[in-house]
Amino acid sequence: MSEQVSTVDETTERREEERREFHSYVWGIGLALLLTVVPFGLVHWIHGIPRFSLLVVIGAFALVQMLVHFRFFLHIGFKQKREDLHLILFSALLLTIMVAGTVWIMASLATRMVLPAQP
Amino acid sequence: MSPQVLKHPGLNLGPAHGKDDVAAESMMFGFWVFLMSDAILFGMVFATYVTSVQATAGGPGTHALYDLKSAFIETLLLLASSFTFGMASLALKYKHSKSRLIGWMILTLLLGMVFLGFELHDFSSMFAKGGVPSRSGFLSAFFDLVPLHGLHVAGGCLWLICLAGQILRYGLDTGTKLGIMRLALFWHFLDIIWIAIFSVVYLGGLT
Amino acid sequence: MSIAGLFEHPLGRLGLDSLPFWKMLEHPTRSDIVNGIIATGAASVVVLGALGLIVVLTRYRLWRVLWSEWLTSPDHKKIGIMYVVIAFVMLARALIEAGLMRAQQAYGLGGGFLSPDHFAQLFSTHGTIMIFFMAMPFLTGVINYVMPLQIGARDVSFPVLNSVSLGLTAAGAALVMVSLVLGKFSTGGWFGYPPYTEATFSPGVGPDYWIWALTLGSLGSTFTGINFAVTVYKERAPGMKLMRMPLFTWTALCTSILMIFAMPPLTVATAQLALDRYLGFHYFTNALGGNMMHFANLFWLFGHPEVYILILPAFGVYSEVISTFSGKVLYGYRSLVMATMTIAILSFTVWLHHFFTMGQSANINAVFGIASMLIGIPTGVKIYDWMLTMFRGRVRFTVPMVYSIGFILLFVLGGMSGILLANPTVDYQVHNTVFLVAHFHNMAVPGLLFGMIAAYHFWFPKAFGFRLNERWGLVAALCWIFGFMLAFFPLYVLGLMGLPRRTVAYTEPSYVPLEWVAFLGALLILTALASLLWQLWVSIKQRDENRVFAGDPWDGRSLEWSNSAPPPEYNFAVIPEVKGRDAFTMSKEGGTAYQRPDTYQDIELPKNSALGPVIAALGFALAFGLVWHIWWMVILSFLAAVAALILRGFARNTTRIVTAHEVRQQHLRWIDAVATATAIARADENKPANEGLAQHASDGVVP
Ligand code: HEM
Ligand SMILES: [Cu+2]
Repeated sequence: MSEQVSTVDETTERREEERREFHSYVWGIGLALLLTVVPFGLVHWIHGIPRFSLLVVIGAFALVQMLVHFRFFLHIGFKQKREDLHLILFSALLLTIMVAGTVWIMASLATRMVLPAQP
Repeated sequence: MSPQVLKHPGLNLGPAHGKDDVAAESMMFGFWVFLMSDAILFGMVFATYVTSVQATAGGPGTHALYDLKSAFIETLLLLASSFTFGMASLALKYKHSKSRLIGWMILTLLLGMVFLGFELHDFSSMFAKGGVPSRSGFLSAFFDLVPLHGLHVAGGCLWLICLAGQILRYGLDTGTKLGIMRLALFWHFLDIIWIAIFSVVYLGGLT
Repeated sequence: MSIAGLFEHPLGRLGLDSLPFWKMLEHPTRSDIVNGIIATGAASVVVLGALGLIVVLTRYRLWRVLWSEWLTSPDHKKIGIMYVVIAFVMLARALIEAGLMRAQQAYGLGGGFLSPDHFAQLFSTHGTIMIFFMAMPFLTGVINYVMPLQIGARDVSFPVLNSVSLGLTAAGAALVMVSLVLGKFSTGGWFGYPPYTEATFSPGVGPDYWIWALTLGSLGSTFTGINFAVTVYKERAPGMKLMRMPLFTWTALCTSILMIFAMPPLTVATAQLALDRYLGFHYFTNALGGNMMHFANLFWLFGHPEVYILILPAFGVYSEVISTFSGKVLYGYRSLVMATMTIAILSFTVWLHHFFTMGQSANINAVFGIASMLIGIPTGVKIYDWMLTMFRGRVRFTVPMVYSIGFILLFVLGGMSGILLANPTVDYQVHNTVFLVAHFHNMAVPGLLFGMIAAYHFWFPKAFGFRLNERWGLVAALCWIFGFMLAFFPLYVLGLMGLPRRTVAYTEPSYVPLEWVAFLGALLILTALASLLWQLWVSIKQRDENRVFAGDPWDGRSLEWSNSAPPPEYNFAVIPEVKGRDAFTMSKEGGTAYQRPDTYQDIELPKNSALGPVIAALGFALAFGLVWHIWWMVILSFLAAVAALILRGFARNTTRIVTAHEVRQQHLRWIDAVATATAIARADENKPANEGLAQHASDGVVP
C-alpha cells in the first residue's frame, strides 16, 4: 500500500476489484456448467462411444472442472501464501498416493483371488 | 491490480476490514487444513467405492439403480448454490446491505435444501428397487459415499441457519464474518466433492 | 422406531452378566474363578480409584480448582500436563497387563492360568491403550507444553479446540477404563481385523468398545494435528524462520501433518466396521460382496504413518536432549530437518508391508518392500547426527541423556530387524511370530517411550518449577533399559523358533526358558514404573531444595528456557525477537538474556471455556450408549453436543485482558529473582545450588 492514495482512487480501485471478483464467479459458473453439460450429454444422449474413451473424457472434464472451482470459486492461484500452496500440493500428492495405491492393491488382489464378490 | 499476496484460500476480505482481515489468516488456514483432512476422508471412501462397484453379489447394479437426470439436476442445483454463495461473499466483502447478504444466504440455503430433497428422493427410489445398503458390498459403498456428502451439505445448511441467527443477533462482527468465510470454503469444497461423485459414481457408473 | 421403543430397554444390553464376577458365580469352575478374580480385581481398582479421587477432591474442596484451573482452562501448558497425566495412568494399566501376559506365557506350557478369551482381551487392550491412549496423549501433551514456548508464541492457534481435543481423548480413555468394569473389551487385537470383529463372530460389546474409543481418540488427534500445524505456521515469534525452529518443533510439525492426513483412513475403517455391525452393511463381511482385505488396507494406510507420528516427536526430544547435555550445537541441523520431512513423506508409501502375505502380486510387494527399506536411510542420517553431536562434547550423563544413549544403542538394533522384515521373502517366514512383536517393541519402547520419559525429566522442572530426583531417575532408567533387553531380546529367538504372536499357551517345552527370561524382564520393567512413581513422590517431598525458578536448569538452548519455571500463563512478558538458531543460547552469549523492557503491554488471553469438558462428557455418553445400544442416551447426547457447538458459535467476548501492570509485576518479580540467583557451573547441575541460572562465557567463566 502506498501512503498517498486519495480516497477517490481507493474507491475506484475497490470497485474495480469487486467487478473483477464478480466476473470470477460468473466465469466460474459458466465454465462449470459447460464442463458438466458436455460429459452429461456424451453419456446421456450419444451412444456408441467406446467405454474406455468415455471414461477418460469424463475423468478429464472432472479434473478440469475441479481446477475451475479452485480458481474461480476458491480464488486459489499463484499469488497464494507459500504454506497454502504447499498444503494444497501436498494434499493432492497424498490423495493420489493413497487412492491410487488402494486401487492398485485391491485390483491386484481381485485378479489373483477368486473373491466371492467378483461376478 | 494490487500485487498483494492472498492471505488464505477463499475470498480475502482485504485491508478495508482491518482487524477482521488479520484474524482471518490463521482461522481460514486452519479451516482449510481441516478440509484437506476431510478430502482424504472422502478419498478413502471413493477408493472403497471404486474397488467395490463390481461387488453387487447378484443384486441390482448401477444401471438398474441410478437416475442420471436426477443427478444432473442435483449438480446444477449445487453449482447454482456455489454461485449464490459467491454473491453472499461479495456482499460481505464490499459491505453491501445486511439484507442483501442474508438474501443470498437464504437463496443458497434453499438450493441446498432442494438438493437434499432430490437426493432423498433418489435414495428412496433406489430402496424401492431393492437397492438397500445391506444388499451388497457395492450398495454399502454407495451408501457410504453419497450420503456422506449429503450429510456434509445438511451440516452446511444448519450452519447457514446458525450464521444467519448470529448476524441478526450481533450484526457483522469478527465472529460472523469469519463464520461466513469458513462456510464459503466448506460450501465450495463440497461442490468439488460432488463433481467427483457425479463423474465417478453417476457418469462413470452409467457408461 | 417409535419414541416408546427407545425406552423399551432403558439400559440396552447392560445386565448383571456384564459384571466381571458374574460368570464366576454362575459356573464356578477353576478357570472361571481364576479369571473372574483377576478381572474383578482390575475392575475394583478402577472403581476404587475413581471413588478415591472423588473422596480426595471433596475432602480437600478441590472440585472448584479442578474445574476452573484445569478442566476448563484453554492454556496449552495445563492442557499439556493433563494429557501427560492421562498417559501415565494408561501406561500403568497397560504395563500391568503386559506383565500379566508375560506371566501367562511363562506358565503357558500346556495351559497356564488365563483363559484364551481373557488373554485376548489383554493383548487387545494393551495394544490399543499403548498406541492410542498412552503414546498419543503423551506426545500430544509434550508438544502442547513445549512447542508454543519454543516458537515464542502465547498459546496455540485455537486454544478452545485444544481443550476439546483433550476432552475427546479423555473420553476415549475413560471408555477403555469402563470396559474393565462393564462388559468385555474386544478380543480382536489392536487392529481389530474383520471378519472376526464382525457381528457374526464377535456379537458382544467388545469390538464396539474398541471402535468408539478409537473414534473418539482419532477425532481428538485430527483436531490436535490441525491446531499444532497452524500454530507452527502462523504463531511464530518475529524472526523465528522455519529453518531457525528447534528440532523438536520441526518434529512436532511433521507429526501434526501426519496426524491430519493419516487419521481419516482410520476413521473410515472404523466407521465402516461400525456400519457393518450396527446396520448390516457389507464392507468387510464374508458374504454379499464384502471384502475384509479392504479393512487391512485402510487400517494400515493409517497404521504406518501412525508409527511415525509416535516416533518423530521422540526424535525431536532426543535432538534437544543430546545437544543440551553435550553443550553443543546440534550437528547437521539441516540434514535432520530434511530427514524428518523425508521420513514423514515416505511413511505414506509403505503401508503394504503390514500385509505382504495378503496375496497381491509379487511386484507390488517388491515396490513396497523397497520403499520400506528406504526409510532406513534418513533414519540412519539421524543416528549419525546425534552421535556427531556428542562427539567431542562435554557429555553430562543426566537421566534424559541416559535414556537417549539407551535409545541410540537399542534403536539401531530394532531398525535392523525392521529392515529384515521389509524384505517380503523374509517377512513370509516370520510374519505373525513374536519376532515381529520383538521388532515393534524394539521401536516403541526405546524409541517412543524412552523419548517421552526423557522429555518428562527434561521439561518437568520447567513445568513445575523443581527438578526431579536424579538418583531414582537413574534407577528407573537402568531398570527400563535392562528390563527391555530381558523382555524382548528372547522374543527375537522365540520368533525364529516359530512361536506365533498372541499365543496363550503352547506345547513346545523348549520355549519355556526364554519365556521366563522375558517374564523377568517384564518384572524389571514394572520395577522401573514403580521407581518412576517413587521418584515423583520423593521429588515432590524435596521440592523446596530443588527449585529452579530462574527457569534454566540445564543451560538450555531454545526459547522455552528463557522464562520463569513455571512460565506465566501468557508465556512471555514480551514476545522475543529471534536472531538465529538456538535463540536462547545466542542471547545468553550475547549478554541480552534476562532484560528489563522499558514498557509492557496488555496481553489478551482466551477466557476459560466449558466446551472441552462438556464435549468430553457428551462424547463419552454417546459412545457408551452406542456400545450398549442405549438409544435414548445416544440421541440425547448427540443432540446436546450439537446444541453445545451451536451455542459456542453464539459466544462473544471470549477473551480477557492481563493488564500491562500485572505483566510488569510478575516479570519484575522473576527478573529480580534471577538477579539474586547464583549462576552455577554445569558440574553443579544436580545439586540444590541449581536455581535455574547457568554460568556463561559472557560471565567471564568457561562453563
Ligand atoms: C515396556 C514394556 C512392554 C511390555 C512388557 C509389553 C508386552 C507385550 C506383550 C506380551 C504383548 C503380546 C505379544 C503377543 O502377541 O504375543 C504385547 C503386544 C503389543 N504391545 Fe506391548 N509391551 C510393552 C510396551 C509397549 C509399548 C510401549 C507399546 C506401544 C507404544 C506397545 C504396543 C503393543 C502392541 C501394539 C501390541 C500388539 C497387540 C496386538 O497383538 O494386537 N507395547 N506387548
Ligand atoms: Cu509399518
